[in-house]
Amino acid sequence: MNAMTSTLAAGVTITELAPTTRIALRLADPATVPGLSLPTEVGARSADGSRTALCLGPDEWLIEAPEADRAAVLATLAGISAPHSAVEVSDREITYALEGPAVLDLLATGCPRDLARMPVGSGARTVFDTAQVVLTRETDDRFHLTVWRSFASHVRALLDLAQRELAAGL
Amino acid sequence: MLLIYCPYCEQDLPELEFAYAGEAHIARPADPAALSDEEWRDFLFIRSNPKGVHFERWRHLNGCARFFNAARETVGDKFLATYKAGEPRPDADALLASPTGDAK
Repeated sequence: MNAMTSTLAAGVTITELAPTTRIALRLADPATVPGLSLPTEVGARSADGSRTALCLGPDEWLIEAPEADRAAVLATLAGISAPHSAVEVSDREITYALEGPAVLDLLATGCPRDLARMPVGSGARTVFDTAQVVLTRETDDRFHLTVWRSFASHVRALLDLAQRELAAGL
Repeated sequence: MLLIYCPYCEQDLPELEFAYAGEAHIARPADPAALSDEEWRDFLFIRSNPKGVHFERWRHLNGCARFFNAARETVGDKFLATYKAGEPRPDADALLASPTGDAK
Protein backbone atom coordinates (compact mmCIF):
# COMPACT_ATOMS: atom_id res chain seq x y z
CA MET A 1 0.00 0.00 0.00
CA ASN A 2 1.56 3.32 -0.96
CA ALA A 3 0.86 6.65 0.66
CA MET A 4 -1.41 8.00 -2.04
CA THR A 5 -3.67 5.01 -2.53
CA SER A 6 -5.24 2.69 -0.04
CA THR A 7 -7.09 -0.41 -1.11
CA LEU A 8 -8.80 -3.06 0.94
CA ALA A 9 -10.34 -6.27 -0.25
CA ALA A 10 -14.00 -5.33 0.15
CA GLY A 11 -15.30 -2.27 -1.37
CA VAL A 12 -13.60 0.99 -2.05
CA THR A 13 -10.36 2.53 -3.28
CA ILE A 14 -9.46 6.04 -2.20
CA THR A 15 -6.94 7.85 -4.40
CA GLU A 16 -5.68 11.40 -4.20
CA LEU A 17 -5.66 12.77 -7.75
CA ALA A 18 -2.93 14.86 -9.31
CA PRO A 19 -3.39 18.66 -9.29
CA THR A 20 -5.61 20.15 -11.98
CA THR A 21 -6.60 23.65 -13.00
CA ARG A 22 -9.81 24.78 -11.33
CA ILE A 23 -11.67 28.03 -11.99
CA ALA A 24 -14.64 29.34 -10.02
CA LEU A 25 -16.75 31.31 -12.50
CA ARG A 26 -19.62 33.60 -11.51
CA LEU A 27 -21.67 34.99 -14.36
CA ALA A 28 -25.27 36.05 -14.94
CA ASP A 29 -25.80 34.77 -18.48
CA PRO A 30 -23.85 31.66 -19.61
CA ALA A 31 -24.70 32.34 -23.25
CA THR A 32 -22.23 35.23 -23.21
CA VAL A 33 -19.19 32.94 -22.94
CA PRO A 34 -17.62 32.08 -26.27
CA GLY A 35 -15.64 28.84 -26.40
CA LEU A 36 -17.09 27.23 -23.29
CA SER A 37 -20.31 25.27 -23.07
CA LEU A 38 -21.82 26.04 -19.67
CA PRO A 39 -24.77 23.90 -18.55
CA THR A 40 -27.65 25.89 -17.06
CA GLU A 41 -29.27 23.26 -14.85
CA VAL A 42 -27.86 23.10 -11.31
CA GLY A 43 -25.87 19.86 -10.99
CA ALA A 44 -25.36 19.34 -14.71
CA ARG A 45 -21.85 18.94 -16.05
CA SER A 46 -20.58 19.44 -19.56
CA ALA A 47 -17.37 18.07 -21.02
CA ASP A 48 -15.45 19.74 -23.81
CA GLY A 49 -12.46 17.56 -24.55
CA SER A 50 -10.51 17.41 -21.30
CA ARG A 51 -12.29 20.45 -19.84
CA THR A 52 -15.39 20.07 -17.73
CA ALA A 53 -17.81 22.68 -16.43
CA LEU A 54 -20.05 21.83 -13.49
CA CYS A 55 -23.01 24.08 -12.73
CA LEU A 56 -22.94 24.61 -8.94
CA GLY A 57 -25.66 27.25 -8.76
CA PRO A 58 -27.80 29.41 -11.05
CA ASP A 59 -24.85 31.74 -11.68
CA GLU A 60 -21.86 29.67 -10.62
CA TRP A 61 -19.67 27.11 -12.38
CA LEU A 62 -16.60 25.09 -11.49
CA ILE A 63 -14.37 24.65 -14.53
CA GLU A 64 -11.73 21.93 -14.42
CA ALA A 65 -8.97 21.29 -16.92
CA PRO A 66 -5.57 19.60 -17.00
CA GLU A 67 -2.71 21.79 -15.82
CA ALA A 68 -1.31 21.87 -19.35
CA ASP A 69 -4.49 23.62 -20.55
CA ARG A 70 -4.34 26.34 -17.90
CA ALA A 71 -3.21 29.13 -20.19
CA ALA A 72 -5.79 28.24 -22.84
CA VAL A 73 -8.63 28.23 -20.31
CA LEU A 74 -7.54 31.55 -18.84
CA ALA A 75 -7.32 33.03 -22.34
CA THR A 76 -10.87 31.85 -23.07
CA LEU A 77 -12.16 33.42 -19.88
CA ALA A 78 -10.32 36.66 -20.58
CA GLY A 79 -12.49 36.99 -23.68
CA ILE A 80 -15.73 37.34 -21.71
CA SER A 81 -17.07 40.85 -22.10
CA ALA A 82 -20.05 40.62 -19.72
CA PRO A 83 -19.50 41.42 -16.02
CA HIS A 84 -18.20 38.29 -14.35
CA SER A 85 -15.78 36.86 -11.83
CA ALA A 86 -13.32 34.12 -12.77
CA VAL A 87 -11.09 33.09 -9.90
CA GLU A 88 -8.44 30.41 -10.14
CA VAL A 89 -8.83 28.08 -7.17
CA SER A 90 -6.56 25.25 -8.35
CA ASP A 91 -4.50 25.21 -5.17
CA ARG A 92 -7.47 25.64 -2.85
CA GLU A 93 -8.83 22.15 -3.32
CA ILE A 94 -7.82 18.51 -3.36
CA THR A 95 -9.74 15.85 -5.26
CA TYR A 96 -10.08 12.27 -4.07
CA ALA A 97 -11.30 9.53 -6.38
CA LEU A 98 -13.52 7.03 -4.57
CA GLU A 99 -14.15 3.86 -6.49
CA GLY A 100 -15.64 0.47 -5.77
CA PRO A 101 -18.93 -1.36 -5.28
CA ALA A 102 -19.34 0.01 -1.74
CA VAL A 103 -18.73 3.64 -2.70
CA LEU A 104 -22.32 4.71 -1.90
CA ASP A 105 -22.04 3.18 1.57
CA LEU A 106 -18.73 4.94 2.11
CA LEU A 107 -20.15 8.35 1.16
CA ALA A 108 -23.31 7.74 3.19
CA THR A 109 -21.20 7.73 6.35
CA GLY A 110 -20.69 11.48 6.01
CA CYS A 111 -22.93 12.89 3.29
CA PRO A 112 -26.67 13.35 3.95
CA ARG A 113 -27.64 13.58 0.28
CA ASP A 114 -29.24 10.59 -1.47
CA LEU A 115 -26.37 9.94 -3.86
CA ALA A 116 -27.98 6.86 -5.43
CA ARG A 117 -30.26 9.35 -7.21
CA MET A 118 -27.35 11.37 -8.61
CA PRO A 119 -27.07 10.63 -12.35
CA VAL A 120 -23.71 9.57 -13.78
CA GLY A 121 -21.98 12.59 -15.28
CA SER A 122 -23.54 15.10 -12.93
CA GLY A 123 -22.32 16.62 -9.69
CA ALA A 124 -23.23 18.87 -6.80
CA ARG A 125 -21.85 20.88 -3.96
CA THR A 126 -22.86 19.26 -0.71
CA VAL A 127 -21.49 18.54 2.73
CA PHE A 128 -19.37 15.73 4.18
CA ASP A 129 -19.32 15.72 7.96
CA THR A 130 -19.61 19.56 8.15
CA ALA A 131 -16.96 20.15 5.47
CA GLN A 132 -18.24 21.56 2.20
CA VAL A 133 -17.34 19.31 -0.73
CA VAL A 134 -18.07 19.04 -4.43
CA LEU A 135 -19.06 15.54 -5.51
CA THR A 136 -19.16 14.40 -9.12
CA ARG A 137 -20.32 10.99 -10.26
CA GLU A 138 -17.93 9.69 -12.90
CA THR A 139 -19.40 6.21 -13.29
CA ASP A 140 -21.89 4.08 -11.36
CA ASP A 141 -19.32 3.25 -8.68
CA ARG A 142 -16.79 6.04 -9.03
CA PHE A 143 -17.12 9.48 -7.44
CA HIS A 144 -14.71 12.39 -7.27
CA LEU A 145 -14.78 14.30 -4.00
CA THR A 146 -13.24 17.78 -4.08
CA VAL A 147 -12.59 19.43 -0.75
CA TRP A 148 -10.77 22.53 0.47
CA ARG A 149 -7.25 21.50 1.39
CA SER A 150 -7.53 22.72 4.96
CA PHE A 151 -10.38 20.23 5.51
CA ALA A 152 -8.75 17.47 3.45
CA SER A 153 -6.92 15.68 6.26
CA HIS A 154 -10.10 15.59 8.34
CA VAL A 155 -12.20 14.25 5.46
CA ARG A 156 -9.49 11.76 4.44
CA ALA A 157 -9.25 10.41 7.99
CA LEU A 158 -13.00 9.85 8.10
CA LEU A 159 -12.99 8.20 4.67
CA ASP A 160 -10.14 5.90 5.70
CA LEU A 161 -11.96 4.95 8.89
CA ALA A 162 -15.20 4.21 7.04
CA GLN A 163 -13.26 2.24 4.45
CA ARG A 164 -11.78 0.01 7.16
CA GLU A 165 -15.21 -0.46 8.73
CA LEU A 166 -16.70 -1.47 5.38
CA ALA A 167 -13.84 -3.88 4.78
CA ALA A 168 -14.43 -5.41 8.20
CA GLY A 169 -18.09 -5.91 7.35
CA LEU A 170 -19.40 -3.48 9.98
CA MET B 1 -33.98 14.85 9.19
CA LEU B 2 -36.14 17.22 7.18
CA LEU B 3 -36.05 17.24 3.41
CA ILE B 4 -36.30 20.76 1.99
CA TYR B 5 -37.23 21.46 -1.62
CA CYS B 6 -34.72 23.91 -3.11
CA PRO B 7 -36.49 25.98 -5.79
CA TYR B 8 -33.20 26.56 -7.61
CA CYS B 9 -31.88 22.97 -7.55
CA GLU B 10 -35.45 21.65 -8.03
CA GLN B 11 -34.86 18.71 -5.69
CA ASP B 12 -35.73 17.63 -2.16
CA LEU B 13 -32.45 17.87 -0.29
CA PRO B 14 -31.37 17.20 3.30
CA GLU B 15 -31.74 19.88 5.93
CA LEU B 16 -28.00 19.70 6.73
CA GLU B 17 -27.24 21.47 3.45
CA PHE B 18 -29.38 24.48 4.41
CA ALA B 19 -29.06 27.40 6.81
CA TYR B 20 -31.94 29.31 8.37
CA ALA B 21 -31.80 33.05 7.71
CA GLY B 22 -34.62 34.69 9.67
CA GLU B 23 -38.08 35.92 8.84
CA ALA B 24 -38.88 36.68 5.19
CA HIS B 25 -40.55 39.65 3.52
CA ILE B 26 -39.05 42.30 5.80
CA ALA B 27 -38.34 45.26 3.56
CA ARG B 28 -35.62 47.69 4.56
CA PRO B 29 -37.10 51.19 4.96
CA ALA B 30 -36.38 53.41 1.98
CA ASP B 31 -35.21 56.29 4.18
CA PRO B 32 -33.87 54.95 7.50
CA ALA B 33 -32.95 58.45 8.71
CA ALA B 34 -36.63 59.42 8.71
CA LEU B 35 -37.63 56.67 11.14
CA SER B 36 -38.22 57.13 14.83
CA ASP B 37 -36.16 55.07 17.27
CA GLU B 38 -39.16 52.80 17.89
CA GLU B 39 -39.75 52.20 14.18
CA TRP B 40 -36.06 51.42 13.62
CA ARG B 41 -36.09 49.04 16.59
CA ASP B 42 -39.14 47.30 15.14
CA PHE B 43 -37.43 46.91 11.78
CA LEU B 44 -34.23 45.53 13.29
CA PHE B 45 -35.45 43.32 16.09
CA ILE B 46 -39.20 42.79 16.33
CA ARG B 47 -40.32 39.61 14.60
CA SER B 48 -43.70 37.91 14.37
CA ASN B 49 -42.85 34.45 15.83
CA PRO B 50 -46.25 32.94 14.98
CA LYS B 51 -47.70 29.62 16.03
CA GLY B 52 -48.75 28.38 12.62
CA VAL B 53 -47.52 29.35 9.16
CA HIS B 54 -44.22 31.24 9.27
CA PHE B 55 -42.64 32.80 6.20
CA GLU B 56 -38.89 32.59 6.51
CA ARG B 57 -35.67 32.86 4.57
CA TRP B 58 -33.39 29.90 4.04
CA ARG B 59 -30.08 29.60 2.26
CA HIS B 60 -28.92 26.50 0.42
CA LEU B 61 -25.50 27.10 1.93
CA ASN B 62 -23.88 23.75 1.07
CA GLY B 63 -25.41 23.56 -2.39
CA CYS B 64 -26.33 26.24 -4.88
CA ALA B 65 -25.72 28.90 -2.17
CA ARG B 66 -28.94 30.74 -3.04
CA PHE B 67 -31.33 32.41 -0.62
CA PHE B 68 -34.99 31.48 -1.03
CA ASN B 69 -38.19 31.74 1.00
CA ALA B 70 -40.18 29.02 2.70
CA ALA B 71 -43.55 28.75 4.38
CA ARG B 72 -43.19 26.47 7.39
CA GLU B 73 -45.87 25.38 9.80
CA THR B 74 -44.19 25.90 13.16
CA VAL B 75 -46.22 23.43 15.23
CA GLY B 76 -45.51 20.35 13.16
CA ASP B 77 -42.28 21.76 11.65
CA LYS B 78 -43.64 20.97 8.18
CA PHE B 79 -42.51 22.87 5.11
CA LEU B 80 -45.68 23.85 3.22
CA ALA B 81 -43.94 25.50 0.27
CA THR B 82 -40.67 27.00 -0.87
CA TYR B 83 -40.31 29.67 -3.52
CA LYS B 84 -37.58 31.78 -5.07
CA ALA B 85 -36.46 35.04 -3.50
CA GLY B 86 -38.42 37.95 -4.95
CA GLU B 87 -41.59 35.96 -5.62
CA PRO B 88 -44.76 37.07 -3.82
CA ARG B 89 -45.76 35.55 -0.49
CA PRO B 90 -48.25 32.70 -1.03
CA ASP B 91 -51.55 32.69 0.83
CA ALA B 92 -51.15 30.92 4.18
CA ASP B 93 -54.71 29.59 4.34
CA ALA B 94 -54.47 28.15 0.83
CA LEU B 95 -51.23 26.37 1.77
CA LEU B 96 -52.79 24.82 4.85
CA ALA B 97 -55.88 23.79 2.87
CA SER B 98 -53.96 22.15 0.01
CA PRO B 99 -54.62 18.40 0.15
CA THR B 100 -50.99 17.33 0.07
CA GLY B 101 -49.83 20.12 2.35
CA ASP B 102 -46.60 20.37 0.42
CA ALA B 103 -47.52 22.58 -2.51
CA LYS B 104 -44.43 23.43 -4.46
